[in-house]
Amino acid sequence: MTLRERLRQKISAAFYHHGLLCASYPVPIILFTSASILTCCYPLLRLPLPGTGPVEFTTAVRGYASPSHNPLGDPVERPDWYRGPPVAYIQQVLVKAAVSPWGSNLLPVDAFRPPLGQVFTLLEEIRNHVHSDSSGVQSLEHLCLQVTDLLPGLRRMQTVLPEHGCLLVSPGNYWQNQQELFDSDPDLLKTVQKHEPKGLHTSATLRDLLFGVPGKHTGVSHYSKKRVVTYTITIALSTYDAGFLGSLRARLKQLHPSANCSLGEEHMVHVHFKEEIGIAELIPLVTTYIILFAYIYFSTRKIDMVKSKWGLALAAVVTVLSSLLMSVGLCTLFGLTPTLNGGEIFPYLVVVIGLENVLVLTKSVVSTPVDLEVKLRIAQGLSNESWSIMKNMATELCIILIGYFTLVPAIQEFCLFAVVGLVSDFFLQMFFFTTVLSIDIRRMELADLNRRLPAEAGLPPPKPGPLRPREAPPPPRPSPHTITLQTPAFRNLRLPKRLRVVYFLARTRLAQRIIMVGTVIWIGILVYTDPAGLRTYLAAQVSEQSHLGDPGGGGGQPPHLGGMAPVFPGGDPAKALSVLPAREATPLPENQSQRHLAPGRVQEQPRGPPAATQVPWGAEDEEGWRRLSFRHWPSLFSYYNITLAKRYISILPVIPVTLHLGPQEAPETPRHPQDARLPPDPIPKFSSPDLQAADLTLYKVAALGLAAGVLLVLLLFCLYRVLCPRNYGQNGVSHGRRRRGDLPCDDYGYSPPVSEISPLLLRGHSMDIECLASDGMLLASCCLAGQIRVWDAQTGDCLTVIPNHNWDGAGGACDPESLGCEGRDPCVGGDSASEDEGGGFPFRRHAPPLRPPLFTDQPDLTPLIDTNFDSRLPPSSVHAAPPRGAAFDYGGLVERAYTEHEPPSPAAPDRGFACGPPPAAEWEGSVWAMELRGNLIAAGRSSGKLQLWDAVEGSLRCSNEEGASGITALAFLNNRIVAARLDGSLDFFTVELNKPPGLLQYRGAPGRGSMPPSPCYSSDDLISCQLTRSVLCAHQKPITVLRAAAGRVVTGSQDHTVRVYRLDDSCCLFTLQGHSGAITAIYIDETMVLASGGQDGAICLWDVLTGSRVSHVYGHRGDVTSLVCTNTCVISSGLDDLICIWDRSTGIKLYSIQQEVGCGDSLGVISDSLLVTGGQGCVSFWDLNFGDLLQTVYLGQTSDGQGVRQLLVLDNAAIVCDFGSELSLVYVPSVLEKLD
Amino acid sequence: MSRTLTAMADSTPGGYGSEPGPRPAPGPYISAVTNRTTNLVIRGAMLFSVGVFLALVLNLLQVQRNVTLFPPDVISSIFSSAWWVPPCCGTASALIGLLYPCIDSRLGEPHRFKREWSSVMRCVAVFVGINHASAKVDFANNVQLSLTLAALSVGLWWSFDRSRSGFSLGVVIALLATLATQLLVYNGVFQYTSPDFLYIRSWLPCIFFAGVITMGNIGRQLALYEHKVALEKTHQD
Repeated sequence: MTLRERLRQKISAAFYHHGLLCASYPVPIILFTSASILTCCYPLLRLPLPGTGPVEFTTAVRGYASPSHNPLGDPVERPDWYRGPPVAYIQQVLVKAAVSPWGSNLLPVDAFRPPLGQVFTLLEEIRNHVHSDSSGVQSLEHLCLQVTDLLPGLRRMQTVLPEHGCLLVSPGNYWQNQQELFDSDPDLLKTVQKHEPKGLHTSATLRDLLFGVPGKHTGVSHYSKKRVVTYTITIALSTYDAGFLGSLRARLKQLHPSANCSLGEEHMVHVHFKEEIGIAELIPLVTTYIILFAYIYFSTRKIDMVKSKWGLALAAVVTVLSSLLMSVGLCTLFGLTPTLNGGEIFPYLVVVIGLENVLVLTKSVVSTPVDLEVKLRIAQGLSNESWSIMKNMATELCIILIGYFTLVPAIQEFCLFAVVGLVSDFFLQMFFFTTVLSIDIRRMELADLNRRLPAEAGLPPPKPGPLRPREAPPPPRPSPHTITLQTPAFRNLRLPKRLRVVYFLARTRLAQRIIMVGTVIWIGILVYTDPAGLRTYLAAQVSEQSHLGDPGGGGGQPPHLGGMAPVFPGGDPAKALSVLPAREATPLPENQSQRHLAPGRVQEQPRGPPAATQVPWGAEDEEGWRRLSFRHWPSLFSYYNITLAKRYISILPVIPVTLHLGPQEAPETPRHPQDARLPPDPIPKFSSPDLQAADLTLYKVAALGLAAGVLLVLLLFCLYRVLCPRNYGQNGVSHGRRRRGDLPCDDYGYSPPVSEISPLLLRGHSMDIECLASDGMLLASCCLAGQIRVWDAQTGDCLTVIPNHNWDGAGGACDPESLGCEGRDPCVGGDSASEDEGGGFPFRRHAPPLRPPLFTDQPDLTPLIDTNFDSRLPPSSVHAAPPRGAAFDYGGLVERAYTEHEPPSPAAPDRGFACGPPPAAEWEGSVWAMELRGNLIAAGRSSGKLQLWDAVEGSLRCSNEEGASGITALAFLNNRIVAARLDGSLDFFTVELNKPPGLLQYRGAPGRGSMPPSPCYSSDDLISCQLTRSVLCAHQKPITVLRAAAGRVVTGSQDHTVRVYRLDDSCCLFTLQGHSGAITAIYIDETMVLASGGQDGAICLWDVLTGSRVSHVYGHRGDVTSLVCTNTCVISSGLDDLICIWDRSTGIKLYSIQQEVGCGDSLGVISDSLLVTGGQGCVSFWDLNFGDLLQTVYLGQTSDGQGVRQLLVLDNAAIVCDFGSELSLVYVPSVLEKLD
Repeated sequence: MSRTLTAMADSTPGGYGSEPGPRPAPGPYISAVTNRTTNLVIRGAMLFSVGVFLALVLNLLQVQRNVTLFPPDVISSIFSSAWWVPPCCGTASALIGLLYPCIDSRLGEPHRFKREWSSVMRCVAVFVGINHASAKVDFANNVQLSLTLAALSVGLWWSFDRSRSGFSLGVVIALLATLATQLLVYNGVFQYTSPDFLYIRSWLPCIFFAGVITMGNIGRQLALYEHKVALEKTHQD
C-alpha cells in the first residue's frame, strides 16, 4: 500500500467520523459555528464602513502644524490619511446681511440687492489685507492656492470662475467681481439662474459653489420672509499662516461685528475624500459582479434531490460569504488592514473559493443509498468525496502560495486573504454546511415517510414526534425506494409559445417585480438627487431640533422645512398638505407684528440688538459647509483638474460677518430701473417662476410619478389576475379550450404533478434475466439458470415457475406432479431459489464446492450446478446419456453459465456464437429465445428445440426437435412461429389445435391494439407444433435479428442483408441490400415501417411494399444496437452509448442523448412523445419532442452496479426491465391516464 | 484585451472560413430550419455579442489606466475607444468559439472536462480577473508581471480546459495575435504607454492565450446546445 493510499484511507476515515459527528449533533454544531463566525467577524466592527463618502478628522486650530509625511511614534490616534499637507486650506467668510428695519417703501429686490452689493467691498478688503510681522509681509496673493486654466470642457464657466490667480469664489464672481456690472444688471436672479443646469443634477451646482451655502439658505429671492441674505466668500489657501488668518479674522470682525455670534473658532476639520468611482470605473466592476451572480446561479441550479433546494443554495452562499467575512475579520485581528478595494477583489475571491465543494458534497451525500440512516449517509457521502476535496484544497493552496511568492504587494495581500478565506471556507463547509445538509436530508426523509404512510398501512407507524431527529431515526423503510425528481418542466412543454410567455410572466411575477424595483430605484434617485433631498432633510431636522431649544432664532427655519417636507417620499401627503397652508398663513401676522414693532425699534436703536433678532447666528452656521453636498469641494477643485481623491483638505473655522443695512441705506445702493417693475407682492404665489416654484414642480412631478407608478402596479396586478386566475395548479378545473394535442395532465406549468412512479420488483430468479417476453397481460422471463417464470403484468404476481429440466433428463415429457405442486406458486419476494426448486426436486444440497478463484466475482451458480451426484441419475431418465464415469463433469456446465453470463441481450448479434458448437444433444440447452402469445410460451433453446409451454399451468404442451442448430431468435405471430437458427436457416412452424376452431376464445388485447388478438389456448387442447417450411439457406451467415409484424417476417443476418418473408406462405419477398456490415437491429411494426441498423452504424429505412430504400443515415460509431420508430421519428441506440433521434421523413438527426456506459441499447417508446431508457440502476423518461429529461426512476436501493440491459414496454404503459436477477415493473401513471 | 481579440481576428481568417457547404438538402424549407448553418449562425451571433461586450468592458479597464493610448480625437467617441475594436473582438471570439468545437469533433475527442455553465462562468470571471490584474496591479517590473500573468493563464487552462488541442490552439493563436498587434502598433494604429516587448507589452500573449481559452470554453458549451436549437426550430413550424 503506497503512502498515497494510506493517506487516502486515513482522510476518508476521518471524514467519515466527522460526518457522523455532524449528523448526530446538528444543533450544537450549528451553534458553535455561528458563534465562531460571529467571533471572527467581530473585528470588522472596527473597520470603517465602506463607501465613498468623505471622512472627517478634527484637530484644534491652536498649535496646528501641517502634519509630516512620516509620523514617528505618534501617540494620538489619527487616521492614516492624515499625512502631509492638505490640498488646500479652506477659509470661508460667512456673510449674513439684512436690511433692517424693513420699510414699506422697499421693493422685494431690496431684500438682496444691497446685501449682495456689499460683497464687493468685502472682497476688496480681503484682497488687500496685508499682515506684517517679524517674518515679513504676508498678503493673500502669497498664501492662496494659485489655479491655472479651467478644464477645456468648462469654457462657459470661464466668465464666472477665477482663472490664473487665487482660488477665491464668492457671489461676486457672477459679475466678474466688478461693482459696475452688478449695478447695471437688470435682473440679478436671472443672472444667477442663468448658470444653473437644467433637470436633475447630483453634483454641486455653480450657485452652491459661489454662494458657499445651499441654495435654499441664501435668501436671495423675492419672497424670502427673513430678508436675511447669507453667502460666503471662500478662499482656498495653499499654505497655512496663522498670523495672517488671525489678523484677517480680527479685521473683518472689527469691521462688521456680529453681536450674538458665538461661533467656535477652536477646531479645524480635515476632510478626506475617497477615490472617486465614476461610471466608467463601475462598468468593469458591475460586469464582474454579473459574472459572479451568473456563476452562483449556475452552480446552485445543480443542487438536486434535496428537500429545500433554495435553502441549501442559501446555505452555500452563506458559507462562502461568511468565510470571506471571517477572513477579513481574522486579517484585521492580526493587524493586516485591508488596503485593497474590497468591492473589486470580492468577486474574484468568491470565484477562487468557489461553490464547487459544497455542490460536490451535496451530490455525494444525495447519491448515497436512500435507505441508510441519515448520519450514515452523511458520513458516507463525506468520505466518498474526502480525497477530491482535500486534493482540490491542496492545489488551490499551492497556487495561492505561488502567487504569494510573486512578491507584489497587491497580489500578496490578495493571496493572504484567499488563504485565510479558503481555510475558513473549509471549516464552514465541514461544520456548517454538512450539518445543514444533514438536517435537510432528514427533513426530506420525514416528508417522504409521511407521504408514503397511507400506502403502507401495515407498517408500524412512525413515532408521532419525529421532530427531535436524534432520538427518532426514521424507521427502516421497505424497498422499493423512489426518489422523485422535482421536474418543474414536466408537462408544460406543449403549450404554444404565446401562452408560455404569458405564463412565464405570470409565474415569475416578472412585470410586478420589475415595476416595483423600478419604482424603488426611481424614488431612490429622487431622494438622492434632489438638492433638498434626504440628506439635507435630515440635517435640517437635526438643526431644527437644536433650534427649538434656542428661542433666539426659531422663526427663521420653518419655511425651509415646510418646503422640504413634501419632497421626502416617505412622508404622507397629509403632512405636506398641513404644512403648506401653515406656510401661507404665517406671513401676515409676522408682517403685521413687524410693522408694529419696527418703528419703535428704529427709533430706539437703529443698529444693534433689534437687528440681532433678524440676523440669527446658530449652531448650524458654525459648520455651514456640512449642509453642502459632499461633492461640493471635489467638484470645485475638479474644475481646475485637481483631484481630491485619496487626499484631504482642511477647513478652517468660518469668519462670521454680519452686515446691517438700514432702510435708508438700502435705497442708497443704486437700484436698477427695472427692479421697480416687479410688483411688490408680499405674499408669494407658488406658481411664480421662482426657485421655490421650481422645487414645488419637482414635488408635483414626484407625487404624480408615484401615483402613476402605484396605478401602473395596480393595473398590472389586475391584468395578472384577469389573465391568470389562481386555479392553475388544480387539476379539477376543466380547461375549456385545450388544444387537441394536450395531455390531460397538462397543468400549464403550474405546480407540476408530483407523480410518484414506484417500480415493482419481481423477485424470484436466482440469476440474471436473459429473455423477456410479454403479450400485455402476462410476462414471461427466463434467467440464465434456465428457469422460466410467468408473471401477471398488472399486479406483478408470480403465476408459474417452470424450472429448468436439465436435470430431469432430456425427455420432452414433463413430470406433471412435480409441476403441479408448483403451479400458482405465490411468489414471495425475497425467497431463495432453493425453495422453489426444492418443491419439485428434493435435492439435498451440499455446501458449494470450492470454486476456482476465477469465479469469485461471479453470481452464485449453485442453482445451476447440481452437486448432488446421488440423484444425478434418476431412474426415469433412461435415455439420458450417462456421463463419463461416476463424477459428472460439471465444469462444462459452469463454463457454459460463465460464458452466457456475458450480456445476453437478444439484439447482441454474436451472443452465443462464441460458445462454439452446442453441447451434446442430450443436454436440453438454455433458452436463447422466448416468445409469449396467448398463454403459450414458445421457448427456443440452444439445443435447437422449440418448446411450447402453457403459461398458466406451467406444463409443456409440445416440443419440436426437428432442428439441431440453436434457435437464436423467435417470432410468434397469430398461430405461426418463426425460428431463426444459428446456421442461418429459418423454420416456419404452425401451431395447431386439435379442436374445432369455434371454441377458440379470443382475448382482446388491452391497449392500443397494435397486435391482433391472440387466441387463448385452453389447457385441455392438444397442441401440436408442425414444421411447415424450413428455409435452409435463408442467409449465408447466422441470423441475428428476427422480427415479425403485419404479416411479414424480417430477418437480419451477418451477411449484410435483410430479408423480408411473407408469414403466410413463408415466401421470400425481398432481399434488402444496403448495409456494409452485419445487421444488428431491425424494427417493423403494423404500419409496415421497416428500419434496420447494422454494425457499420448505418440506419436504413425501407419501404416494405416495394423493397426500396427510403433513407440511409450514418448515426453511430459502432453497432446500432436497437431501433424504434414512432410516427415522426426514428430512435436508435448504438454501442457508443448514444441514443439518437432522427426525423423519419427527412432523415435529419434531431438530437442525441448520451447514455451511461453499457446501457445504450435498452430503450422503449411508451407513447409518441415519451421515451424510456435504461441506465445504471434506473430508468429515465424523456420527452421525445424536446429531448428533455422528465423523470428518473431508481429501481433499487443501490444506484450503482447493475445496469438495465433489457427494457420492454407493455401495452398497459408499464415498463418491464431486467435488473440483475430481478425484474422491475414500472407503471407510468400519466401515460395510463392518457390511454384512458 | 481589445488588442487581443482584434489580433485574433486578423490572425485567424483562414482557420475556419469554410462553412458546411450547401449539401443536397431534402427540402428547402426544412433544410433552412434544421440546417447546421442556422445553428452556426446563432452560435456565432451569441459569441460575437459576448466578444463585443467583453471587449468594451476590458478595453475600458485599460483605457482608464492609460495602458493603451488612442489618438485624442477618437477618445470622445463611444466608450472612449476606437470604433473598430469591439467588432473585431466580436468576430475573433465568434471564430474561436466555433473553431474549438469543430476541432474537437475533427479530432474525434469530445471535450468532457467540466462541461457546465457554472464552470464556464468561473472561467470568464478568472479571465476578467487576469485583465484586471494586468491593468490595475502595480508590479515592480514588467517581467514579474508577465510571468505572473503567464502562470495565471496556464492555470486557467489547467483549471477549465486541460485538452491538448485547446492548449496548442491557444498558443498558436496567441502567437499570431501578438505578431499582428506588433504590426498594428508598428504602423501607428495605436500605441502602448510603456512598451517593453518591441512595441507592445510583454504580458499581451498571456492575455491572448487566456482569451482564446475562455472563448473556446464558451463556444464548446454553446455547441452542446446545438441540437436544442435545431429542435426548437423544428417545433416552430
